[in-house]
Amino acid sequence: MQSLVIVAHGSHLNPESSAPTYDHADTIRATGAFDEVRTGFWKEEPHFREVLRTVEGDEVYVVPLFVSEGYFTEQVIPRELRLDGWDVSEWGSDGLSADQATLVAEDIDREVHYCGPVGTHRAMTDVIVRRAESVTDDPDVGDDFGLAVVGHGTERNENSAKAIEYHADRIAERDRFDEVKALYMDEEPEVDDLPEHFESDDVVLVPLFIADGYHTQEDIPEDVGLCEDHTEGYDVPETVDGTRIWYAGAVGTEPLMADVVLERAADAGASLGTALDDVRETTRVATGD
Amino acid sequence: MGDSTSATDEAGDDAPAVPDIDLPGDAFDAVLDALADREAGDPLRFEGFSVARDEDAEFVLDGGDRRTGLSERDLHAALDERAPAVTDWYAFERVVGEFGPRRAFVRWIEDADGETVAARYAALAAGVERAWGELKITATVTDRGERRYDVRHADDAGVPVDDLDAHDDPLDARDLVTLDEKGRYRPLKTAPSLAGGWVFPDLGPRDLYETVETIYPATVANWHREREGNLDVNHWRETMERQSGIYGVVKTWDRGEGHEHVNWVAEACCDDSQCLKRREWGYDEDTDLDVDGGDGVFPCREPCSVVVSAARKWTRLESEQPRTYEFDLTPSEKEQVEDIIDAVADGRTDEIREADTKEGANRYRTRFLRAKLFDDEGNLGGVPTDADEE
Ligand code: SF4
Repeated sequence: MQSLVIVAHGSHLNPESSAPTYDHADTIRATGAFDEVRTGFWKEEPHFREVLRTVEGDEVYVVPLFVSEGYFTEQVIPRELRLDGWDVSEWGSDGLSADQATLVAEDIDREVHYCGPVGTHRAMTDVIVRRAESVTDDPDVGDDFGLAVVGHGTERNENSAKAIEYHADRIAERDRFDEVKALYMDEEPEVDDLPEHFESDDVVLVPLFIADGYHTQEDIPEDVGLCEDHTEGYDVPETVDGTRIWYAGAVGTEPLMADVVLERAADAGASLGTALDDVRETTRVATGD
Repeated sequence: MGDSTSATDEAGDDAPAVPDIDLPGDAFDAVLDALADREAGDPLRFEGFSVARDEDAEFVLDGGDRRTGLSERDLHAALDERAPAVTDWYAFERVVGEFGPRRAFVRWIEDADGETVAARYAALAAGVERAWGELKITATVTDRGERRYDVRHADDAGVPVDDLDAHDDPLDARDLVTLDEKGRYRPLKTAPSLAGGWVFPDLGPRDLYETVETIYPATVANWHREREGNLDVNHWRETMERQSGIYGVVKTWDRGEGHEHVNWVAEACCDDSQCLKRREWGYDEDTDLDVDGGDGVFPCREPCSVVVSAARKWTRLESEQPRTYEFDLTPSEKEQVEDIIDAVADGRTDEIREADTKEGANRYRTRFLRAKLFDDEGNLGGVPTDADEE
């Protein structure tokens, strides 16, 4: 019996925080690729400490719904899941290449496949592009458009910047958007000065966050100048200093994220049948015909 | 249909009758499959009798008087006469399955490890009720021996299903538990603030388990471990020691000077009025707390994330040294401050009526107190919090 466990941060204050986790779990459930799909949280229930004891299967894949490798994926989750013998070297990662480690979870005395976070998977690049398509409602968006991928800088976590650069570079290589830039919230190049970094009249701004919350709904919109105060709201697109900014909100809410979760599990050995194709198909942006 | 009701005749006129059960095809097929998987002569046991396959592919039924050479048709007739026992086997072995927490929970609902099939079917026919946190679970049995469950808020006991929002997908429960009845987010799923107005009127056993585990996550799993005698309790000390990052500071709150601060935490957060889990953790392995752990059905095995987050705040606040502030209150004003603290702590501020000035925590009374005692900077009694601000 094959089980998927999606682990995410959650929140004591914001009910939206867990919404993407539940949505992606539902999308994956609908594919039937797993006998069960469970969710566990750091700030909600079931907690990381107790989620594994709710799992019935003997082939267990744990996928962290986090944007980068770092404190949570390397320390908190393995500790709280009680992965016996965990050491970050199990992943042998350069900060972007964590794939999976198979370890016994003491809590259930069974092996689990502990996967790298969704945010650093190569398939995440497609989700960022898909997010740009969704927010512009244009499945071919790219010509005459710039794309800004935004996240925390190195201050909080050096790997966070790495993940942002990684995806920005990959998208740039595709020559789809006129310009692609990685921007940061707490270091140069800063998202506050977005119009200065782009020549295009239209720029899609995609924050590399899992869920909408303080950073994506208050911090970034105010910093970028989409609004004076987040309570006023803003339009999409909103013009700031002559640049039309298409603010996408957290990339993690994009339905295609379910695909990355599946990719992580597949890389760790899960057998998925046609689930990957199914998810890519069901989460597509309508072409408008 | 066999007369399986005869068992109750001896039990007296008042005992509820065992309902008539028809043996469904899927239950009979499951028996045939189970027998096919066994060696000839290896019996499949039901309550009160067993069935085996013999070398000639005929069946043997042993239940006091032994009957041999039964054809599949004979076997069907014999099992139909014993449909309660066969459907009971089918319900637990094939529908509920092996998974420990689910199996134990569904068996507990109808006391399957304590009562006979006849007694349980009779009770289920009348409806067996169980409480789980704020939930009321009512188990019944159909005339095919299938368990069905009605799950709702205990406050909605007796309300017709049509007057409630009916659901059949256990995952719908995620939306029912997110907000309390005033629309406020519930960060702790076991807080006694579950809103009512909904019902899962007709769940099977697996969906019952999923629904309960969605409303109160991991409570069945932990309850099951406790019943098995292997609940892994992590006490306050070890839980705080484990924290890192922004929570790492909480370990400094324990200074080896007793555990009074943890009593206060438990009284603040874990009391039954705040959380329905029964707190099983103490200060450390050798030191219980001095406050009640509560009477919940399901245990709490370690300080939860809400408590750890609050403890982080208290660690900082409690590192301050007390000072003496001097200002005057009338006796009624002192009592009013106490009333206000009580009203907030007990979550009853919005029960206090607007014009009820007998209540210390009444809004007008409180605004009056503020108008009288605060200076322009909001200092109580006109005394600055930090003396050097003067
Ligand atoms: S620590 Fe206290 S508040 Fe938290 S779940 Fe346990 S009993 Fe409830």
